[in-house]
Formats: sequence, C-alpha cells, structure tokens
Amino acid sequence: MKATTPTQDLMRGIWRENPVLVQMLGLCPALAVTNTVANSLAMGIATFFVLLGSSLLVSLLRHLIPNEVRISAYILIIATFVTVAEMGLEAIVPEVHKALGAFIALIVVNCMILGRQEAFASKRPVGRALLDAVGTGVGFLIALFLMGAFREIIGMGSFLGQPLFGPHYEPWVVMILPPGGFLTLGALLIALSWFQKRRAAGAATAAALAAEGGAA
Amino acid sequence: MSSGPPLLVTAAPHVKSADSTPRIMWTVVLTLLPVLGVGVYHFGPGALLVVAAAVAGAVLPEHFLGRRRALGDGSAAITGLLLGLTLPPGFPLWMAFLGGAFGISFGKLVFGGLGQNVFNPALVGRAFLQAAFPVAITTWPAPAAEWATLRGDVLATPLMSAAADTVTAATPLGLMKFESTGTAVMDLFLGSTGGCIGETSALLILVCGVFLAAKRYLDWRIPLSMILTTAVISGVLHAIDADYPGALFMVFSGGLVLGAVYMATDMVTSPVTAKGAWIFGAGIGVLVVVIRVWGGLAEGVMYAILLMNSLVPFINRATQPRVFGQRPRPKPQPKPQPQQETTS
Repeated sequence: MKATTPTQDLMRGIWRENPVLVQMLGLCPALAVTNTVANSLAMGIATFFVLLGSSLLVSLLRHLIPNEVRISAYILIIATFVTVAEMGLEAIVPEVHKALGAFIALIVVNCMILGRQEAFASKRPVGRALLDAVGTGVGFLIALFLMGAFREIIGMGSFLGQPLFGPHYEPWVVMILPPGGFLTLGALLIALSWFQKRRAAGAATAAALAAEGGAA
Repeated sequence: MSSGPPLLVTAAPHVKSADSTPRIMWTVVLTLLPVLGVGVYHFGPGALLVVAAAVAGAVLPEHFLGRRRALGDGSAAITGLLLGLTLPPGFPLWMAFLGGAFGISFGKLVFGGLGQNVFNPALVGRAFLQAAFPVAITTWPAPAAEWATLRGDVLATPLMSAAADTVTAATPLGLMKFESTGTAVMDLFLGSTGGCIGETSALLILVCGVFLAAKRYLDWRIPLSMILTTAVISGVLHAIDADYPGALFMVFSGGLVLGAVYMATDMVTSPVTAKGAWIFGAGIGVLVVVIRVWGGLAEGVMYAILLMNSLVPFINRATQPRVFGQRPRPKPQPKPQPQQETTS
C-alpha cells in the first residue's frame, strides 16, 4: 500500500478523486435528488454524516471483523448510521425528509460509502480514516451542490427558493425533471474534462518552453 | 528509373459519382425552401424569423465546436431548418435558437459529428424544447391575423416568458384529440390549417419527397412504409369504431408527412438495408398511431422517430443481407433425443 500524508488523505476526495465527478460513484443520489439546492445539500450532509460515522466504526473495529464477512459487517454499520440520519432528518426538517423520500434509506447502497470502507477505512488507523471520510464527504457535497445549483437556477430561476430573475423568468422545466439530472452531469463532466485537457496542454507547452530555454 | 505507367492502388469505393455529402445536403436544403415559403405565406414573417433563429442556433455551435469546415457540408443548416419547421409560428426566437444549439451540441457533436449521431439532431432539439418549455411549444397562434404582424411571442426577451396575450387556435390534431372535432382532409392536404410552420402543406412536402427519392437522396421505402402503416392501422381502427380518426386524417394531419419525408429518412439515423428500411418505417407508423390514439400527447411523430432511431443498430444487424455467393448458414440441427424403448 502506498504511503500517504494526512493532507493527501484529506484533500484527495475533494477534487482530484472527487467521488461523483472523477470516480463516478454515488451517481444514483447525484442524479435523483439534485433538482433543488436544498435537496442536494440535505442529501450531501446526510451522506457526509453516514460516511464519517461508518469510517470511524469500521476503522475502530478493523481488527475484530472477520475477513470472510466483512462486507456484510460494513453494510450493517452503514445501515445503522443511515437509520440515525433518516430519523434525524425527519425530526429536524420534516419537509426535506418528505422531498427526499426513499433516497435517504438508499444511502445504504451508495457504493461510494462502501468503497471507502473496503478500500481505506478497514486498513488505516482511525485518524486517517476520519480524514479520508471528511475529504470524500466534502467532495460529494460539492458535486451535489454544483448540480443542484445549476438545475435549480436554470430550471426554476431561483436559488434556495429565492427567485433570482424576477417574475417573468421562463423556467426550463426539463432541468428539474429526471432528464435534467443526466444533462447536468454530462455538462459538468464535459466542462471538467475540457478544463483538465486545457491545463495539461498548458503544462506541456510550459515544459516544452522550459526545455527550449534550457537548450538555448 | 521507373518504367511503365505508375500503378495506382486505391481503396474502395471505385464507383465515382457527382453526388457528394455537401451536394446532397444542399439539395435537401433547397427542397425545404418552398416548404418554408408556404409556412411564411400562411403565418407571416414571424415564421421566417423563427426558422432563421433555429438555423443560427444550429450553425453556430457546429462552426465553433465542430470539426474545421464542418459547416460546408450543409448538415447543420438542414438540422436548423427542420427544427424551425417543426416549431409553432409564434415561438420565441431565443427558444428556437436554444433548441438548434442543443440539438447540434447534444444530438450530434457529443457523438463526434456528422455520421456518428444516434438520434436525429433536429428532433433532439425539439424534444428538449418540448420538455423545457411545454407551454410555449404548444401555443399555436391563429393563422387568420394580418399577414405582416408578428404572431405570438416571437420577440420575447431571452430567458423571459412572453408578456403579450396570444390569440391561439388549436391544431387539427389537438381538435381531434381534445374536442373530437374533425378537419376537412382537403384543407390538411393543401395546408390552410393551424400547426407548425412546416407541417401544413402535405402536398408540397410529398412533391419534394418524390423529387428527392427520384434523385436517390432518400430511401423511398421509409416514408412509404411509415405512411402505409399509419394509414392501415388507423383505417382498421376507424372501421371498428368511427370515433377514431380516419386514415387520411391521420396521414395528412400534424407532422407525419414532414417527418416521413425529411426526418425519418436522415441518412445517418436510419437503417442501411432495404429490409431494415421497411421495418424502420413500419415501426414509426405503429408508434405514431399508438401515441396519437392512446397517448397523452396530440402529436407523436417526434417521439416515434426518436424511439425507432435508437433501434437502428439492431435493425441493421438483424437484416444484414447474405453476401453474394455465401451459403445460408445451416440451421443448428436439434440433437437426436435418446429414444425411449417402449415395450407394450
């Protein structure tokens, strides 16, 4: 296993290995509940909480869980925290709980969470596992927020329910419908890969220029 | 020190013809101009503006994001023209522009440009507009107003909905679906009815279609099987229960003829085999009748064509003709069952 520094563990999930935009994990909630900013934030925070809790427990129990039944053990731990999150949401923000519906319970099967347990938390000490969970959770939250903001601003002309463009704005209804999720994710990925390509090209020219300068 | 004439080795195809992609595309554009002319004659200069906006929306991304010189082949112009012809005459210009841009970007360029796309880009643009602005795209201004006035919300500010009240008139299909009122078939055939800019005169579109088919620029099997299937199924339904619209009404109302001649026959998104073309057209015909008669929408040609577009690779694979000289593959023989000895 490659050794990593604590900073790397924390920062990796936020951008370079962003779970949604780079690893393409957890796409079901990213497509299904990002029609408004409020829903995206609630889903992101709930997932963040579940990820943090399960990484903590899995990392603590990593020497006690038998290898043969580890996946079911992880799922049990995750399901426990999902239940807590669901009850918490229902108590604190009942209308958001209603809007998210079955997708809160479905956090259990978010492959991003199980992936972090299997690939990271079950092999690292508690501190590192928590750092990784924070980084990945924040990365997930950022991706969901980007999608939710894009879809709500275009699809409803508002942000967090506040109208942005006045009463005559013509909403693009499709963006808050299911196809809008796919369109938004596709557009985000196109923008991201264009950005990365441009940066790579820029780095290549810079390197070439430097080499030329050195030769001259 | 070379001796003798140089030996030129080239790859197939060796048959040369004057037809090239740009030539075919620009011919199709030319045949669409009279159709547009009839639309402008019926709906006034606003119709021309709507189509121009759709063309601009289709051409700009093709120029800036597509391959170099991709504009020259004329396919983006066709996409814009066809999209514009399927829009209501009072459609806001910015929406038409957006539809063209979306159709070309997400219907064509993301797949890799001309020849790579799965779905007809014009219909992708229209499907997007239908999902994004369901009210605007079903607002049909009455054709009876003063010719030169702009109908509907053509000049609405970009991103804003229209402030003006529109005098609306239902389309023949809408009348049939929601009010059970028929329209005289002759009016439909000649085009003096409400509807999209380009879907009013079936006669003119059919003439253009025959011209294109004679030049082999479109596969005549697709429109023929599509129209025949629609006519036969709706005729049978009409015979069973006279409440269903008759065959002629089904064929000449809405965008069926326009779709059959210009959209289903898109060379990129239709099957390449003759048998496949029959299947493809018949599939669209069945879907059109199903959507129009039992679906929630008044018009189903767009979704019918898009759905069948997605099946084209499978149709192509299933209808591959036998290679000349190749024996038909022997059917797998059923294994001989172990005989049960019956003693009685």
